[in-house]
Formats: sequence, C-alpha cells, structure tokens
Amino acid sequence: MFDIFLDDAPALVVVLPLLISAIIAFMPSKIWPWIVSIITLLLHLFLSLHLLKEISVSGLIIYEFGNWEPPWGISFKIDGVNIGLQLLFSIFVLVSTFYSRKIFLNEIDYRDSGKAYSLWLLAVGSLNGIILTNDIFNLFVFLEISALASISLIALGAGQNRNALLAAFNYLIIGAIGATFYVIGVGFAYAMTGTLNMNDLVIQLAQYSDGQLAIFAGMSFMLIGLMVKAAIFPVHIWLPPAYSYAPSAVSTLLAALATKTILYFFVRLLYEIFIIYPSYLSLFLDFVLYPLSLLAIFIGTVIAIYQDDIKKLLAFSSIAQIGYITLAFSLKDHSGVASGFVHIFNHALIKGGLFMAVGYFAILYKDRVTLNSLKGFGYKYPITSFALLICGLSLIGLPLTNGFISKLYLFQALYTNQMYFSIALVAVSSALAVVYFWKIVEQMWFSEVKFKSEKEDAYIYLPIWIVTISIIVFGIYSTPIIEFSNLSADYLISGYQN
Amino acid sequence: MSNSFLIILGIITPLFAALFSYVCRYNNNLRDSFGIIGGLITFVISLKIFHGIQNNEVYQITFFTLFDGVDFAFKVSALGSIFSLVASSLWILASIYTIGYMRGAGEKNQTRFVIFYSIAIHAALAIAWSGNLLVLFIFYEILTFSTFPLVGHKQNAESQSAGRLYLSILVGTSLIFFLPAIFWIWLKTGTLDFQDGGILMNKFPAEYLSFLIAMLVFGIGKAAIMPIHRWLPAAMVAPTPVSALLHAVAVVKAGVFSFLVVVVYIVGPDFLLQTKSSDWLVWLACFTIMASSIIAITKDDLKARLAYSTISQLSYIILGAALASSLALKGASFHIITHALGKITLFFCAGAIYVTAHIKKVSDLKGMGYKLPLIFFAYTLGALSIIGVPPFIGSWSKFYLIMGSIEREFIIVAIILGISSLLNIYYLLQPVVIGFTQNSKKEIKLIKAPLTVWPPLITGLGCLVFFFYANYFLNNISGVIVN
Repeated sequence: MFDIFLDDAPALVVVLPLLISAIIAFMPSKIWPWIVSIITLLLHLFLSLHLLKEISVSGLIIYEFGNWEPPWGISFKIDGVNIGLQLLFSIFVLVSTFYSRKIFLNEIDYRDSGKAYSLWLLAVGSLNGIILTNDIFNLFVFLEISALASISLIALGAGQNRNALLAAFNYLIIGAIGATFYVIGVGFAYAMTGTLNMNDLVIQLAQYSDGQLAIFAGMSFMLIGLMVKAAIFPVHIWLPPAYSYAPSAVSTLLAALATKTILYFFVRLLYEIFIIYPSYLSLFLDFVLYPLSLLAIFIGTVIAIYQDDIKKLLAFSSIAQIGYITLAFSLKDHSGVASGFVHIFNHALIKGGLFMAVGYFAILYKDRVTLNSLKGFGYKYPITSFALLICGLSLIGLPLTNGFISKLYLFQALYTNQMYFSIALVAVSSALAVVYFWKIVEQMWFSEVKFKSEKEDAYIYLPIWIVTISIIVFGIYSTPIIEFSNLSADYLISGYQN
Repeated sequence: MSNSFLIILGIITPLFAALFSYVCRYNNNLRDSFGIIGGLITFVISLKIFHGIQNNEVYQITFFTLFDGVDFAFKVSALGSIFSLVASSLWILASIYTIGYMRGAGEKNQTRFVIFYSIAIHAALAIAWSGNLLVLFIFYEILTFSTFPLVGHKQNAESQSAGRLYLSILVGTSLIFFLPAIFWIWLKTGTLDFQDGGILMNKFPAEYLSFLIAMLVFGIGKAAIMPIHRWLPAAMVAPTPVSALLHAVAVVKAGVFSFLVVVVYIVGPDFLLQTKSSDWLVWLACFTIMASSIIAITKDDLKARLAYSTISQLSYIILGAALASSLALKGASFHIITHALGKITLFFCAGAIYVTAHIKKVSDLKGMGYKLPLIFFAYTLGALSIIGVPPFIGSWSKFYLIMGSIEREFIIVAIILGISSLLNIYYLLQPVVIGFTQNSKKEIKLIKAPLTVWPPLITGLGCLVFFFYANYFLNNISGVIVN
C-alpha cells in the first residue's frame, strides 16, 4: 500500500516537512513538536533512501508535478549529482534535530517550541526543494521560503541576545536584494526563451548561441543573486551575524546545509546551463569567481583570527571555507568540480560538528561563548571538548580526518591546473587556521583555571559524536565521498567538454 | 612473535604507559614507574628489530588504504631501526631522571607531564617505523601537538608565549611547506612509499628538485635549520627532562631523521648527486653551524647555550644529508646516535645542577665542580664526545662527515667543521673550567636528588664505551646507503 506514496517520493521529501510544519505550529506542548519532527524526518530519511535505491537502478528520475509535462509543469530532477547531497541532507537534518531539543529548551521559551519546530521543518523542506528542483522560478520560491524560515529562526535568538533581531533584519534586507537580483535574471531568461525548465532552457538558449546582451545581463543577475544567498565574498556580510546570534541549533542547521544547497544550485547553473556560452562562463569564472574565492579564503581566515566571539569566529571561517569550494568550482575541469563537491560534503560535517559543540558550550556557560569564557572547559566538559578538538583538527586539514581529504583533492585540482599561487595561498591559510583554532584549544586546556569534570548531557553529546565519528570515518575511508563527487563532476562536466 | 606484531606492540606500549599513568594518577610511585617499564619493553623490541634488520628481516604491517597509492602502513627501515633504538633506550634513563627532577624541583601537574611524555615517545617511535611519507607526517604532527603541553608546562606568561611560538613555527612550516611538498611528490610519482634508492628518479623534473628540497628542509621545522630555529631556544622553558629527551633526542632527531629519510628513501642520493640540487643546502647548513655556535658562546644561561649547540649539531646531520655521498650519509646517520648520547648527558647535568643547587647560569657555576663532582664528571664526558675527541663516540660521526665533505671536494666545509669543533671546545668546556677554577664565596644549600645524577653518568660513560663498539651501529647504516 506504500507503493502509492513511494512513487511520489521526490515530491514527498519536500512536501512532507512543509505540510507537517503547518500542523506543528499549533501544538502548544513542550515535547510533541519535537517528537513529530523526528518522526517526519525519519520518514524523510526513509524516502531519501528509497530515492537512492531508485537512482541506482534507473540513473535519472524526472518527477512531474500534477503530471504536467515539462516544460509546462514544474519538475524535480534527481540524478547522480544531487542524490548524494540529498542523503547527506536527510541524515544531517535528523541528527541536528535530535540535537536541537535540549538546546531549544534552554535558549527559547518552551511555549515557542511549536513555532520553532514549525519554522525548522519549513526550512528543511524548502532547502530540500533547492536540491531537487529543475525549474529556475520554482527555485526562487524555495529560496524565499527558506530565507523567511531561517530569518524567523534567527530572530528566535532574540531571547538570548537582542542583536539577533538586527542580524535577522540584515539577512532579510540583504537576502531580499539577492532574491530580487535572482528573480530579475529569471525574468530576462523567461522573456528571451519563454521557458523556466532547466533542461528546456538549455535547448531554447541554443538559438542565441552567438550571444545576446539580454541573456548575459540575465545570467549575471541570476549569478549575483545566488552569490548573495550563498554568502560568497564580498556579499557575505549577512552571514556572520546571522550565524552567531541565531539559537545554537539553528546555526548548526544553517552553517552545515543552507549555503551548501545554494552552492550546489549555483554550480548546476554554471555547468548545466551557462555552459553553452563558454566565453561568458570562463570570463565569469576566471575574473570574478576565482579572484573572489582567493580573497574570501584569505580575508575570511584573517578576520577569524581576530574574533573573540567563538560563533563569529566559526562564521568567518565558513566564509573562507566557502571560498575553498568556489575556488574549486572555478577551475572548469573535472578534478576541480569533484574537489568542490568533496569539500561541500566534508565541510558540512565539520562545521556542523563545530557549531554543535560550541552551541552546547553556550548553554552550559549561559552566555555568549567568547575565548575567555572557554577557560578550563577541556577539563570541565571533556566529552564535548574532545569532539570539538577533532572537528577543529579536521578544519585545519590534518591527515586521518575528512578535512585532509578535501585538501588533498583541492591541491590535486589546483596542481593539474597549474595554479601554484593558489596552492601557496591555500597552504598559508590552512596554517593560519591553526592560529584561530589553537586559541580555542589553549583556553580550553592550557589556562590556569581548573575544574573537576561535570556531567554532560548524553542527548546533546551523542549527536555531536555521531558527526565527529563520521569525520574520522570519512577521513580514513573516503571512497564513498570521492566516488560520489567524481560521479557528480562527470555529470556536470560532460556538458562542458562536448 | 611475528614481525608485524612486534611493530604494533612497540608503537602501542608508550600509549599504554600513558593510559596506566593516568589510571594510577593517585599513586605517584606507581604512576612514574610505567615510564620505566614502557621504556624497557620498547627498548627490547627496538633491539630485536635492530638485529632483525641486520639479518635482512622485513618488519612491516599495512592497516588500510588512505587514498590512491598511500596506505596507513609501517615498515621499519635501517635508519628507522637506529632512531627507535636511540629513542627507546634513552627513554628508560629519562624516565628515571624525570622522577628525580620533577619531585626535586617540586613541579605541578606531574601526571599530565608523564602522560604527554609517553605520547611524545609513541609519536617518535611511529615516525621511526613509518612506512611512507604521509604516515610520517601524521605522527610528526602528533609529536608537535603532544609536546605542546610539555613546553607550556609551567603555565605562566613566559611558557605560554613560548608554547605559542613553538606550535606556530612547527605546525605552520609543516602545513605551508612540508604537506604541499608531500602532495607534490605524490602527484608526480603516485606513491609515497620509502624505497631504497628513492622514488623520484626519472619521475620528478630535475630542474625543480632544488625547490622541493627547500620546501622539505624548511617544512621539517623540527630540524631547526636557520632561519627556522627560533622555536628550539623558546622550548627551553620546559622542565629539563623535556629538553633532555625531547629537545635533544626525540623531537629534533625526528626532524633530522625525517629529512634523512626523505633524502635516502624518497629523493635518492644518486638523484641528488646527479643534479647537485642540494649543494646550496650545504652552505646554509654551514652557516647555521657557525652562526649558532657563535650565538651559543654569548649565552650565559646553560640551557640556552645547549639549545644553540643543538641547533648547530643538527645542521651537521642536514649537512651530511645535503652532501649525499655515502660517507657523509653514514656520518649523518651515525651523528643521530652520537649527538643524542652526548647532548642528553649535558641536559641531564644542566637539570641536575638546577635541582640540586638552583643554578641556571654558567657564570654562577664558580666552584661548583668541587661540590658536584659526579655531575661535572658526566658533563665533561658528554662535552668531549660532542666536541669529537677520541676515544669518545662523537669522534666517529665527525670523522665520517669530514671525510664525506672531502669526498665531495668541499674542502671549505671540512675546514668549517674543524673551526666549529674549536668553538665547541670553548662554549661546552667553559662551564667545567669555571666550575673547577674559580671559587665562590657564596654559601649554596644543596638538595640531594640522586636520581638525577645516575642517568647522566650512565650516558656519559656510554659515550666512552660505545666508541669501541661503533661498528655495531655502523653495520646497520652502511647496509642502507649504497651509492
């Protein structure tokens, strides 16, 4: 009897969280919203696994909403590229929801937990839509839903610190500008081609193969809009305050997944559609994305060194890490795109783990976590601290962690493209990452303050350790991530070479 | 016992020593005994492996594949068998010495100290037996991180800033130069395994080899070649057992050992000799030898003086590796043993003097020779060995290095080595001269710490005795380096 539902699995992974979110909003209780969310996300994971099974058989699923054939109807596309992302998304969301309960109970009024989980599921559903959609206007819709949900979630942090409101407002304004840019670009594309479906768009755009100013203008609008949303330097300014003032559980979800899904669509746009204008594409990649990535890596790292607030420090480190990903994507060849996907995966785990650990510290400390407040935490809360240490070592990129695998493949890609300057810059900035990370470690273990160890909450450290262990496992057994990334690069790059 | 099991046991024993020390943290005697027991076990294993290597036995174990062509594997090379023998044998003595020193000096946090001490030895042994360059790199980093708590042990402002300098230089250089160099080698050859004769020949462009050598020698910051030497004097704020075993033996020797291994098993001496890509390094090493000797003369603090002496002695080994002729490599490898024995003796003595008389400065040593005759006797033995006077073991390695430089027709280098020996005489023997000639009127209260006296005597006498058994070690070395 489930077969009826399973046929609609591609739609359900998005619709289910959206639907349930509407129901949860009216639940007044303390615990039920969480239980319902967990059940929903378990179902979500089950559906994702089902999709994986389907994909391994058929290789490609085009899901047509309401049986309206594309290019008229909206369609979802699932292929070798996004199924991996879908799985990561599903699993990580489940883990972070598990983690979120105690965190939310501490950080927001328990009467708000219904609203919080409603927004949470709204964000999950819409971010998932970004991964699956095959329609450029539908993407805009998901972008807006996810932005509004995230902004409201960030604003929930106002109970802890009033700056959260300002951060949410910043995000609202800047995000809206980004979305407007994107939708103007979509307007141009629609005016020229009369289609919104991505596969059809490629076909329709082919008739303007000599290039048209309107097309280029539209493309630029779309790319810049997405750059704002993905927090690519220098349009990243909304991100650090948003991540650092949001409730800890929210920062975890956003840092690990929000920018990653948009980056995925960004690279899809580049290599699936804009590929038909190679000269425009290489202009954009070589003279916009590439230099901006280098700046992001360097400036993000340097600013992170000077941060006192740990969540802000992590947020600026995210700017640099996004720079690594876009640097890889700007390389225009198989190895580059593959290494970008490797880092999307690995960085989602690393940053998720770090934000989880720091979020727990914020609750234990009952205030914002600054460098000073971490004094002696290594002895006081050894279990969480040790997880933080491993995630941090992975962020630096030491061997036996998945951060090293990312770095290895990034170096390889840069080397095959003979970008020696970038290699030097990446090496230097990974060494600088030691500086800001070690400041944390020094406070935690090597300050004068000493504590006896205290009891830690298993509901919180278990999810943290699940992420931490996966960091080590994927550092040692990296084959699944590498294979998936190579496969994704195959899909995307094949268009470029033809 | 199978060969691969020996490797695992040898690498794991120090970790267990650390674990048991933690478990027995409330019983001081029991806690500190695990260092000695661990030392004995690893020493027996290292000795067995050392003999096995002489009989052409193979010691290797592969755990899993990290990425294409690179496994997480251990394989004992002839050079590695020497390094592990040195580190494990001296660990026994250093553990005994640590008990005397830490209790005599009344240091705090002794449990943490003992634990990280054992972990550092674990990393050093794993470096010695690593099967490829990446495994070596992993444990190189573990060694750095595990010695950080030891350097910053006192937790005051001075040791904290020293610890930061230590960490930022060592980790920074390794991430900026060493790791990219490893990636480079991997991209060119597809492997990182250590093989006799090297893996780069015909695969690596000869014109870039000098650049790769530069990345390696500056990336392996533990080798302390100038200008990447500042961390070593800074690390001297650590308690003396750390300076003795780690900053005269395990850590710095891990640095020069890594570089030697790269030259012998990755680049290959033949390739180096063909391309002459390391000739520039010969001059940098000579500069480091002279410059740090001169700085050592100006230092009044005994440990700082010994630190600069160490920098100068490490460059002997770099020099030998850079010359890359068979005699020079023989001398360089042998210098790992001879300098370890000599320098640990000197540091033991410096620490013993500090514990018993609370003297740190050379100029305060007036008349101390009559009060602490045994310590000064041991110190003299160690100093003579490092200077290279026969019949002390240090004379062998110096002899081979000078022969090696003549073999490569670097006559000036031979002369510089001679001058450096003269400088050694001045700055190493000056404390002895002051100790026995000038009389101090100050009354100094002496604290008895017999456990700090016997280890330096043993290592000092070792410098003398092993002179006659040099062939025992040299057999192993000459087996490896076939030009």
